[in-house]
Amino acid sequence: MLSKRMALVAGPLGHLTLPGIALALLYGFDVSLGAFPFVILGIILIWLFEMRTKLPMEALTAIVFASGVAIAFLFLPIEQAEIALVGDISKVSFWDTLSVSFLCLLLFLIIKKIYSKMTLINISEELAKSEGVEVKKYNLLYLGAIAIIVALGVKVVGGLLTAALVAIPAATSRNLSKNLFQFSLFGLLFGAISSLLGIVLYKSFGLPAGPLVISVSTLFFLISMILKKD
Amino acid sequence: MRLMDKNTILKVKNLNVELDGEKIIENLSFGVKEGDVLTILGPNGAGKTVLLRTLLGVLPYKGEIEWAKKIKIGYVPQRLPFIKDIPMSIEEFFKLKEASRKEIKEILNSVGFKENPALFQKRGIGKLSSGQFQRILVAWALIRNPDVLLFDEPTSGIDIGGEETIYTLLAKLKEKRNLTILLVTHDLSVVFKFSNFVICLNKCPICQGVPKEVLTPEILYKLYGEEVKFYEHHRH
Repeated sequence: MLSKRMALVAGPLGHLTLPGIALALLYGFDVSLGAFPFVILGIILIWLFEMRTKLPMEALTAIVFASGVAIAFLFLPIEQAEIALVGDISKVSFWDTLSVSFLCLLLFLIIKKIYSKMTLINISEELAKSEGVEVKKYNLLYLGAIAIIVALGVKVVGGLLTAALVAIPAATSRNLSKNLFQFSLFGLLFGAISSLLGIVLYKSFGLPAGPLVISVSTLFFLISMILKKD
Repeated sequence: MRLMDKNTILKVKNLNVELDGEKIIENLSFGVKEGDVLTILGPNGAGKTVLLRTLLGVLPYKGEIEWAKKIKIGYVPQRLPFIKDIPMSIEEFFKLKEASRKEIKEILNSVGFKENPALFQKRGIGKLSSGQFQRILVAWALIRNPDVLLFDEPTSGIDIGGEETIYTLLAKLKEKRNLTILLVTHDLSVVFKFSNFVICLNKCPICQGVPKEVLTPEILYKLYGEEVKFYEHHRH
């Protein structure tokens, strides 16, 4: 998947899910369902933030991160904090897996469809406009797709680490790819392999799966930095 | 000012653009006819690029901008600073516009790339020289035969290959493809050599018309202030 902007947006969205996860844990419903309204709130926030201020996206990340954590811990007993922050894969049921797989497939198709237009908008809004691309519509679709990914990601790696799940494979792929095709292919592969290896390690050593997935992902990133040419 | 008729491609009336509370363009009116080469001349910060971006519909404005129906616009930006953040081959850049291999090959040839097309198209966009990159941007804008080319400040100093400058290339393309061209520049020699209509802009419109008639020393002084001596010298 795409570019700098997405990694920046996934950060605040991920952290914003924390209060949602807290509510879900307290009242015993699905973590992703709890996270989703907060992700929508996040999209509105990002939209307002980009319209109304000239602050860099990093500022929003910082604000949202701190307040997300603060609000979540107002309600959430500290014993349950770990799940909210780094996820708990053992809570994922067979039906969860099935519905998530379906959603992922749907997202994959949507993103494949809007990929060229999104890439163009990322390069230059003027260029996209001159080609008759409806920039606002595609930006919204793009944010929506990220929102769903984040809401699903919190299940496995929690509100704290979701941004990393989205950003690190893309960064690794960026280091190694020469063109767009490789960029998306490697991103996909590194994401999948890190998740798989992370879960295998969790099964073998009993350490939490979320942090393992991210650690494996980071390891790939470090290797990609060494292998990077030019 | 010229009136709208069937050859008119663009009509702008009482255009006002304000960004962050600052007036960038005030009360600008002009028309563009088919086959015109219109230059927008002015010093740095005069609102030239803002005018192009407004015409593209990226910026909010007051007044009227009316393009002829079903017109196809090709835009050649000054720079694309974000393109290097994304790994992309030349071919992939053209595929964003759904161009076929054959089209890409033809268009690259017409802007003067004579290299082996199969090999050349696999090259990374980030690895091109600035002259090559400018030619790629022109080629990209020309895919699917636009009627109008909006060109933001072509760098005249760039050697785009051989003896050719970006302007001789544009003149050639204009003939071949029946293009109307809107060009932003601060280079007076370009205005005289290349265009048949000029708009002088320094936030407020200062003059417009046929370059040889309207660009008097007094007007240039008004437009550029202190710099005028340098430009007068250029004219001879």
